[in-house]
Amino acid sequence: MVVRNGVGAGEDLLLDVQGLKTWFYTRDGVVKAVDGVSLQLRRGEILGLVGESGSGKSVTGFSIMGLVGERGKVHADRMVFDGLDLSKVSAEQMRSLRGGRLAMIFQDPMMTLNPTLRIDTQMIEAVQAHDKVSRRAARDRALEVLRMVGIPAPEARLKVYPHHLSGGMRQRIAIAIALLNAPKLIIADEPTTALDVTIQGQILYEVQKLCREMGTALIWITHDLALVSGLADRMAVMYAGRIVESTSTESLIQQPLHPYTHGLMASIPSLGTRGEPLFQIPGSTPSLLHLPPGCPFRNRCYRADEQCEHSPQLLSVAPGHEVSCWHSGEKP
Amino acid sequence: MSRTPDPDQPLMKVEGLRRDYVQPSDFIDFLSRRIQGRGKPPPVQAVMGVDLEIFHGEVLAVVGESGCGKTTLGRMLAGIIPPTAGRVLYRGQDIAQMNAAQRREYELAVQMIFQDPFSSLNPRMRVADIIGEAPLVHGLVNRAGHDEYVCQLLQKVGLDPDYRERYPHQFSGGQRQRVGVARALALKPSIIVCDEAVAALDVSIQAQVLNLFMELRRDFDLTYVFISHNLGVVSHISDRVAIMYLGRVVELAATEEIFARANHPYTQALLKELPVLSAAKRRFEPIAGELPSPANPPSGCAFHPRCPKAMAKCREERPILQEIAPGHWSACHLNHMQDAQEIEPSGMPVAEENSQ
Repeated sequence: MVVRNGVGAGEDLLLDVQGLKTWFYTRDGVVKAVDGVSLQLRRGEILGLVGESGSGKSVTGFSIMGLVGERGKVHADRMVFDGLDLSKVSAEQMRSLRGGRLAMIFQDPMMTLNPTLRIDTQMIEAVQAHDKVSRRAARDRALEVLRMVGIPAPEARLKVYPHHLSGGMRQRIAIAIALLNAPKLIIADEPTTALDVTIQGQILYEVQKLCREMGTALIWITHDLALVSGLADRMAVMYAGRIVESTSTESLIQQPLHPYTHGLMASIPSLGTRGEPLFQIPGSTPSLLHLPPGCPFRNRCYRADEQCEHSPQLLSVAPGHEVSCWHSGEKP
Repeated sequence: MSRTPDPDQPLMKVEGLRRDYVQPSDFIDFLSRRIQGRGKPPPVQAVMGVDLEIFHGEVLAVVGESGCGKTTLGRMLAGIIPPTAGRVLYRGQDIAQMNAAQRREYELAVQMIFQDPFSSLNPRMRVADIIGEAPLVHGLVNRAGHDEYVCQLLQKVGLDPDYRERYPHQFSGGQRQRVGVARALALKPSIIVCDEAVAALDVSIQAQVLNLFMELRRDFDLTYVFISHNLGVVSHISDRVAIMYLGRVVELAATEEIFARANHPYTQALLKELPVLSAAKRRFEPIAGELPSPANPPSGCAFHPRCPKAMAKCREERPILQEIAPGHWSACHLNHMQDAQEIEPSGMPVAEENSQ
């Protein structure tokens, strides 16, 4: 694998993943959910990881967190987080890392919260699992982060069970738990997809504020390109287990070079598209089970030709802008 | 299938539509209430009095957050659940007073497409039966023409007719939603109520289904009631937009009008949250608070606890939905203030039915 320069070499990287492959061995064959993904993240940087269902964006997050189940085999040429080689750490070390320096927020807050335990029990437990502190100190820490995520009357919220809370409130608690031990990197997997528009705005506001104030790096996994474009410093677009385009948010929005990125952006309905048919990407995402060789997008692509039967490499076309397409940048 | 439409008369109309839900009470609950001397629990008003007109050939969007009653409204329009109070009129006739034949005509003419393409199709039925059962039962096709009819419909919605012997689990989400569309089309409806019909789909698939909706609208002369929380989708597809908050319509206007001159503070807040592709970072400035529970609605204007412009009057008196410009209705006290700057006289034509 070629080491790429998504971020200038020699810079202080918080996360450096090269050639990540997460393959699931099923009865029907090998599902290559993530097939050679490289990500680099500076301290305090926000990366938007965009893709449709089945593109491997969540599995990428789970692989970094070490949360892939037994069926899945994670292999990476290089996976370094904060100076630690994640592929070499023991299960015990990984456990202390998760929820400590490395935290995750899930789509469904009920996945994070235990429905049978009060919020304070869960939060105090999470603090004490990483720090030898008194219950009182842990509780104070819990109150502090609840205030940080904008929860009104945090003392009262500590005493309730998750089912007493609304979806937006639960997601805030989940974010608060992720923040408990001041992580350096948060991986957020579609945290606002299940929420209402106004609540989504509130969560985005809090997350943006927290990242700015605390210098936490964030990987925001989402299918909503428009949503994350207002939040992220850089974006990476995934398709069929690979990153097809990765660059700064600005250049991705102004000059998408991969036909899939371009298609995703053009198919967003808006006031400007009224009365005309929307641009549509034909077909649907391929099954990852028996993915034919070559560019995985070629069957849906308007630029495809014979050359696309060979896999394109993710290559740098401009400083910090990488595209994996034989015909990158060509207009339809 | 349809009579010549009278452009002045709405195809469908609802007046003072209300729907209450009573929490089912079990034996223990009944006993404890008896012992403590409490009465029955008060009903939850999901829809608290909605007046709407739906004109022939238009796409009317109903927008709101979860719990605002938009789905309940859609189901009452489609005749799936009866209203607690108020009237539903189809082609000028109250559906409660229809005879059996008229009622059947109405029920076939208003069809529904549901949000979740995974739970709205019977997993034990073949696609050919899912689509073809109802027209067969209602005598729209006979057994001999049945197969051909199903094939035609599948082609119309962009599916291969060879798939008709398959079961729903053999399809992807987008394909299943197409099956749902074909099932609705099979009864030759004039109105289709789409309840968050594209919310569960991926962006690229969503674009395909939205295009399909517009194509079918042209081909079959359809009218849509498009229930959604996504203002982006709504701005693309709809002619008029009704914004709902806690069981009531708070603003109603033509789509361009809403997006250019939103009157109600809630609509303005929703528009501000609309995610747009931006090359620069956004500063998110959300509106505080959450949708209150319909079981315990706030006094006065339901939006006042979250409203940045709330006044004393908003806590006491509920604003009535009033026409503030031709075709533009809004329920806000600010419109009746002497110094209200927000209202600008509209130069737009009256809620035109077709912008295409």
